[in-house]
Amino acid sequence: MKANGTVFKYGDNVDTDVIIPARYLNSSDPKELASHCMEDIDKDFVNRVKTGDLIVADKNFGCGSSREHAPIAIKAAGVSCVIAETFARIFYRNAINIGLPIIECPEAAEGIEDGDEVEVDFDSGIITNKTKGTTFQGQAFPEFMQKIIKAEGLINYINQKDSADN
Amino acid sequence: MGMTMTQKILAAAAGLPEVKAGQLIEAELDLVLGNDITAPVAIHEMDKFAVDGVFHKDKIALVMDHFVPNKDIKSAQHCKCVREFACKHEISNYFDVGEMGIEHALLPEKGLTVAGDVIIGADSHTCTYGALGAFSTGVGSTDMAAGMATGKAWFKVPSAIKFNLIGKLPKWVSGKDIILHIIGMIGVDGALYKSMEFTGEGISSLSMDDRFTIANMAIEAGGKNGIFPVDEKAINYMKEHSSREFKVYEADEDAQYDAEYTIDLSTLKPTIAFPHLPENTKTIDQVEEIFIDQVVIGSCTNGRLDDLRTAAEVLKGKKIAKGIRCIVIPATQKIYLEAMEEGLLKIFIQAGAIVSTPTCGPCLGGYMGILAEGERCVSTTNRNFVGRMGHVESEIYLASPAVAAASAVTGKISAPEQEENRS
Repeated sequence: MKANGTVFKYGDNVDTDVIIPARYLNSSDPKELASHCMEDIDKDFVNRVKTGDLIVADKNFGCGSSREHAPIAIKAAGVSCVIAETFARIFYRNAINIGLPIIECPEAAEGIEDGDEVEVDFDSGIITNKTKGTTFQGQAFPEFMQKIIKAEGLINYINQKDSADN
Repeated sequence: MGMTMTQKILAAAAGLPEVKAGQLIEAELDLVLGNDITAPVAIHEMDKFAVDGVFHKDKIALVMDHFVPNKDIKSAQHCKCVREFACKHEISNYFDVGEMGIEHALLPEKGLTVAGDVIIGADSHTCTYGALGAFSTGVGSTDMAAGMATGKAWFKVPSAIKFNLIGKLPKWVSGKDIILHIIGMIGVDGALYKSMEFTGEGISSLSMDDRFTIANMAIEAGGKNGIFPVDEKAINYMKEHSSREFKVYEADEDAQYDAEYTIDLSTLKPTIAFPHLPENTKTIDQVEEIFIDQVVIGSCTNGRLDDLRTAAEVLKGKKIAKGIRCIVIPATQKIYLEAMEEGLLKIFIQAGAIVSTPTCGPCLGGYMGILAEGERCVSTTNRNFVGRMGHVESEIYLASPAVAAASAVTGKISAPEQEENRS
């Protein structure tokens, strides 16, 4: 599995309130949430983002609220992978559980800029900045995690596993 | 090697003699919590699940607290979805308008959280119950769904930071000031993935309400949980509120900590977190003249009876400054009633504040006190992120109930002494 696209770059402590403001949490529809994704930090994000694009950020991405609506909004906006120096722990868990690929890689967070073209190979964990011609070694996705991503979330993955076991 | 208090609780819940930091375990859950924002997503996930029913109808709590009484049609639809789910599965701890309160004030009050418990909640402030010596942590809706279906959750065993509290707090300084001081010191990711274990002789003088406030904001330092030793005060609280058996765990003497801090409570001052991060703290003497538009006293952080008593002590016989909106929100129906019986509500209303039914409303910019462009609010809530309470150009200053009340009287960020000197 690979992700490939243009990078939207953000700084430290991107919180779940700016990823998806609570004023839109009266909906749980992924498309509607995606239409307001990153609105309070980057008004143009939803207009510019294309399917496959990546978000790269510095430390503590996704801090704050436990709202799963945050990774849901990012995924439904078309983002194929989020790379950060570090992630807040609830966001980390939520992203995996809904099947949004995320990678902690401080070197990549530092060496990638807004607008760079980046490719991520989930099998090897290699992150390639095609614009700058540099590569970074992130953590490879174990097989079960790739299956969760392919199944579009933990619940589907468990269901598929259960039916395969039976 | 010794275990921390958190590690001991997790080992017991996983049925293991010992666990180590970094170990992945599967633990039995004593309670799974959700609210009107996160539960609908979890219920939707449950529907996909090839499992029939919930693991235990008494070990799930569903609290309608964020957007109730419903602010619009969409939030009403969400509550309806949860109501129907609770009815279908005969969830005994379903709390709707009339019975509800802000979840993290409500559950301990209802006796649903006790020492030794392992609790997950689809709300980041689930860490509040650490005040009672429970392991409790926030998760997302998918984890909540899996927890409701199976009664289990997987965890990575956290390492810990130890906070040794000594001395006694001065007048007008509270649990809120302690936790803001700590977040200012270690930063919003200072305890990322870790437990924050509070210890020391200074704890005995802290009220349970102060401890709830401190544990509540562990997440604001990135913590997985915040936890207090179980002393006589905690035991009395649990005996008063719960018929459930509790189990007391203590950290081993040779437990390993990533870092240790000693905080002399007698040296702390009223502390305010400036926009737009809880780590941007200043003590009151470092604050220049900052005029404000609104004050909110309430939330899962500071909407308990002690908080309202402190605010009323400051506001008694005073008037809210002209042009300032002061919104007081008792966190539960019980607190509301007690505040009424003690005469606190009368003090608030006579001062020119409004008193609302329990709701998370303004804390997360839902309703009941949204800020316009350029407005400033002193709030006893827990987050001051960009746009959290309204317009992206508005500002939130996090503070204690004492500072919030004093600021409402002066119209600018003030501590009670400053406000008294002026009048």
